[in-house]
Amino acid sequence: MELNAKIPGGSIQEKWDRYRFDLKLVNAANKRKYSVIMVGTGLAGASGAASLAELGYQVYCYSYHDSPRRAHSIAAQGGINAAKNYQNDGDSIYRLFYDTVKGGDFRAREANVYRLSQISLNIIDQCVAQGVPFAREYSGYLSNRSFGGAQVSRTFYARGQTGQQLLLGAYQALARQIGLGTVQMFPRTEMLDMILVNGRARGIVTRNLVTGEVRSHLADAVVLATGGYSNVFYLSTNAKACNTTAIWRAYRRGAGFANPCYTQIHPTCIPQSGDYQSKLTLMSESLRNDGRIWVPKQPGDTRTPPQIPESERDYYLERIYPSYGNLSPRDIASRRAKEAVDQGRGVGEMKNGVYLDFAEALKRLGNTVIGERYGNLFEMYERITGENPYEVPMRIYPAPHYTMGGLWVDYNLMSTIPGLYVIGEANFSDHGANRLGASALMQGLADGYFILPYTIGDYLAQGKFERIDSGHAEVRAVEDETRQRYQKLLSINGKRTVDSLHRELGKIVWDYCGMGRNDAGLKKALEQIPKLRDEFWHNVRVPGSGDSLNQALEKAGRVADFFEMAELLCRDALAREESCGGHFREESQTEDGEARRDDARFAHAAVWEFTGVDKAPTRHVEPLNFEYVKPATRSYK
Amino acid sequence: MRKILDLYQTTIGKKLVMASTGVVLLLFVLGHMFGNLKIFYGEEKFNHYAEWLRVMGAPLLGPTQGLWLARLVLLGCVLLHMFTALQLTILSYQAREVGYQKQHRITFSYASTTMRWGGVVILAFVIFHLLHLTFGSVHPKFVAGSVYANVINGFKVWPVAVGYLVAQAALGFHLYHGVWSGLQTFGIAGDRRQGDWRRPLSVVTALIVVVGYSALPISVMAGWLK
Amino acid sequence: MLINLTLHVWRQKGPKDNGRFVTYPALQINTHMSFLEMLDVVNEQLMEKGEEPIAFEHDCREGICGSCGVMINGLPHGPNPMTATCQLHMRYFKDGDEIWIEPWRAKAFPVLRDLVVDRSAFDRIIQSGGFISANTGNAPEANAMPIPKQIADRSMDAAVCIGCGACVAACPNASAMLFTSAKVTHLGLLPQGQPERYERVQRMIARMDQEGFGNCSNHGSCEAACPVGIKVDFIARLNRDLLKAKLCGAGTPSAV
Repeated sequence: MELNAKIPGGSIQEKWDRYRFDLKLVNAANKRKYSVIMVGTGLAGASGAASLAELGYQVYCYSYHDSPRRAHSIAAQGGINAAKNYQNDGDSIYRLFYDTVKGGDFRAREANVYRLSQISLNIIDQCVAQGVPFAREYSGYLSNRSFGGAQVSRTFYARGQTGQQLLLGAYQALARQIGLGTVQMFPRTEMLDMILVNGRARGIVTRNLVTGEVRSHLADAVVLATGGYSNVFYLSTNAKACNTTAIWRAYRRGAGFANPCYTQIHPTCIPQSGDYQSKLTLMSESLRNDGRIWVPKQPGDTRTPPQIPESERDYYLERIYPSYGNLSPRDIASRRAKEAVDQGRGVGEMKNGVYLDFAEALKRLGNTVIGERYGNLFEMYERITGENPYEVPMRIYPAPHYTMGGLWVDYNLMSTIPGLYVIGEANFSDHGANRLGASALMQGLADGYFILPYTIGDYLAQGKFERIDSGHAEVRAVEDETRQRYQKLLSINGKRTVDSLHRELGKIVWDYCGMGRNDAGLKKALEQIPKLRDEFWHNVRVPGSGDSLNQALEKAGRVADFFEMAELLCRDALAREESCGGHFREESQTEDGEARRDDARFAHAAVWEFTGVDKAPTRHVEPLNFEYVKPATRSYK
Repeated sequence: MRKILDLYQTTIGKKLVMASTGVVLLLFVLGHMFGNLKIFYGEEKFNHYAEWLRVMGAPLLGPTQGLWLARLVLLGCVLLHMFTALQLTILSYQAREVGYQKQHRITFSYASTTMRWGGVVILAFVIFHLLHLTFGSVHPKFVAGSVYANVINGFKVWPVAVGYLVAQAALGFHLYHGVWSGLQTFGIAGDRRQGDWRRPLSVVTALIVVVGYSALPISVMAGWLK
Repeated sequence: MLINLTLHVWRQKGPKDNGRFVTYPALQINTHMSFLEMLDVVNEQLMEKGEEPIAFEHDCREGICGSCGVMINGLPHGPNPMTATCQLHMRYFKDGDEIWIEPWRAKAFPVLRDLVVDRSAFDRIIQSGGFISANTGNAPEANAMPIPKQIADRSMDAAVCIGCGACVAACPNASAMLFTSAKVTHLGLLPQGQPERYERVQRMIARMDQEGFGNCSNHGSCEAACPVGIKVDFIARLNRDLLKAKLCGAGTPSAV
């Protein structure tokens, strides 16, 4: 596998401009002769499909939802970063670039991150022009807030629904193109495999989720914008349908999978309330601005919060990190919460959370001020738990939230398969080992609106695309394989439901490859996962038939791929014998329990190549060079 | 005209016809009510007012021409109001072919759900009312021209008076929702964060009409009017 | 706390099937569960018996994606106001309750299976004009045009619509006016939305009617059912824009 990142030369400020000039262009009149498949309609997919159609390409767009607007980008709450420096507080493209590289624990490509920071400015302009109702000041100008530990205010937001508003903006742009006939939209259509012809990505195989029809769709290039794989943990903040199938199938067809072990755990989610739990709900991190995190000092303390005197409470973040306290970064806050729960000091019926207590803030600021700041979050919490945070402390616990890993892409966002582009959370992206708050929306839109439309033209302009149709041998082979796989799932007729197996898989991955990872645990997981996968393929029960709407079958196909993906995740975590960002190896920590990076051995992206289901994949590396931001150790004490 | 027909093609255009004809009919209802109240000034003044209705518009218009003109306009509005309501009702049924097994009413007011049958009640009343006090065909003691006596004698028959009151209640409900709904259709929105003035307006309109009209049969039955 | 319930669920194999209610017991339901988790539990039990699970739509389970939504005892999204089905918790039910669960009913929302309906009519309304035609790259500097905070906030009030379809489900006439008016208002209030404002409202209404949604009788059921609090005031605004466009020629050169 050849990993040529194609990073252009020149100073970092000039790279993207110069590169854009070097890219080959497709003549305006010829664009309609080229077709592009876009899988996924989240921020990246919808913005990419709309932008390509505006340029004149023929676009085929796919979503397993009933409408493009349902994609999980919609659930992002906090905001979107942009280096506009509207607050005159010293922000700049360079500072956003610096913060992102540093926040990513020096495991991202500098050139990509710099480009992302540059484009962040255009994204805000574009979204405003589309009618995204960002929050504004009384002056009528855009409002900003500081977010995720940044020292400047650069986050644009629309109440607590920024993701929704940005997605609706992109969705509306996409809807316009669908109305104009330049995008052909296939809702309720799930991509199940990739079609390569002569080594190039030329199509996909899909299943119509209503009729069950399995068929191929062909084009000159394929773009995956299918999001992350947090649902490998079963319980995560991702939507229920989020899955790894599209990128996993591409990986099996030869695309390199980079850094699967970089998963982000969000520290402020509502803890699980029972075995039936289907997903976890995230509460905005902004709560940590006024809430104090604590657990009882004594393990197994069953008293209610008011019964526990101050002297018997452990405000552990304030104790360990006096300067950052409750605002310590996501990974640190998450790990320390896990530590407390593991010590038996967890709170709530299931002893699986820590308190986030507003009592002091309520006393200091009063209910009105706190209500103005967090009213809607308090309501949401009460709706879910039935507890009123004005009276009893909230309970929170970390949950899987975002995956920085994904398919490896070069500077063009093209994977190791020619003609296969990967955008948004689905690629291994610009966040390195850890993503900063409010940067996911920025990256998704940057890829879709402002990078892919240029770089894909370069590929299309250079390629000569032979005509293929659904009768082509390669196409039929992949179609048949897909049909057989789904037939097999229906025919096993075992004893266990898909969800019960997925839950069990999730528990293994969470226990051994969650917030803390170690050699012995990962090896154990790597023993258990194939066994459970084997059980899945022999004992799963999928009722119903393949020729109608069958949600159990949809799930089964997705979980089957999670079983394979989970193994790669653990394998990558085992191979990376350092702690960085979202990946914490217990062997690699300082004396006070902080993450220790190993730049000498691991300043690279690990890229895995598929060799067969029961065979070990091959690990390749793309070395990372830091010319501008010199690696340093983070310290939040 | 083309613009109006174009607008009528939309469901909103049809609602606009409902609202516009509703305004004309409401104006008539109010005018008629104020005329009725003249009865409290005594027989002579009331009959004089009734006579004026026949000669209004003079000398430009001949006797009863003005009256018939008004009647034609009103009849047109009633027919349009009814026809459009029928059309909209059919559209509504078509929009939900299979109904719910269970459905809770969560409308703003009970009145909005009475518009259709309330309208039918009002129509039935209007027909009776015309036969009763305009043409006199169902009035046993009807004397053409003796308007005051016809009203008093008419309402002395208690089922007539009660039926009249029931119809006023239906009209009150119709207006309570109709005034608000009409303003909404015309695009006249109140800011509900600061208190919507449209709701009080519709309450007041409905109350004025119900009280104003009910005053007659109640006064007759109570013996205040003789 | 654990409660036992009886469910009457609409089962329908496909768009052409007639469909019927089937009664299932839901036993030992933890009141901390969400309504959809309760259905998950029932489905697990059905599948263990080899029966097909109840199909229902859901995704984010945070009340924002708009996928979920069923009629629960005659109320869209169930008895708790301002709450989508996924955010409704079982503590709002009592031990021994009977629950009737039906799909949204409207000609424009045909049932695909069980509780899943086809809401693509909403997408087609948006495709007909629910956007601002700003191609990527067209945009001027974001702060070049200040927008009064009150206007931006009001626009946001309308923009929060999640497109779940509860308004149509609740409406006695199966009208889509609340949904359509939310988009018309969101874009029509903003200065960026002005150039297409009157054209937009005409196209969207034409499409809405064409899809077979009913008319608006201003009952207000939609507002009561809306899980995100969209107000019928936006419908008045839509009506006004349509009248101006159709009768006064607003948005055309003759009106200038």
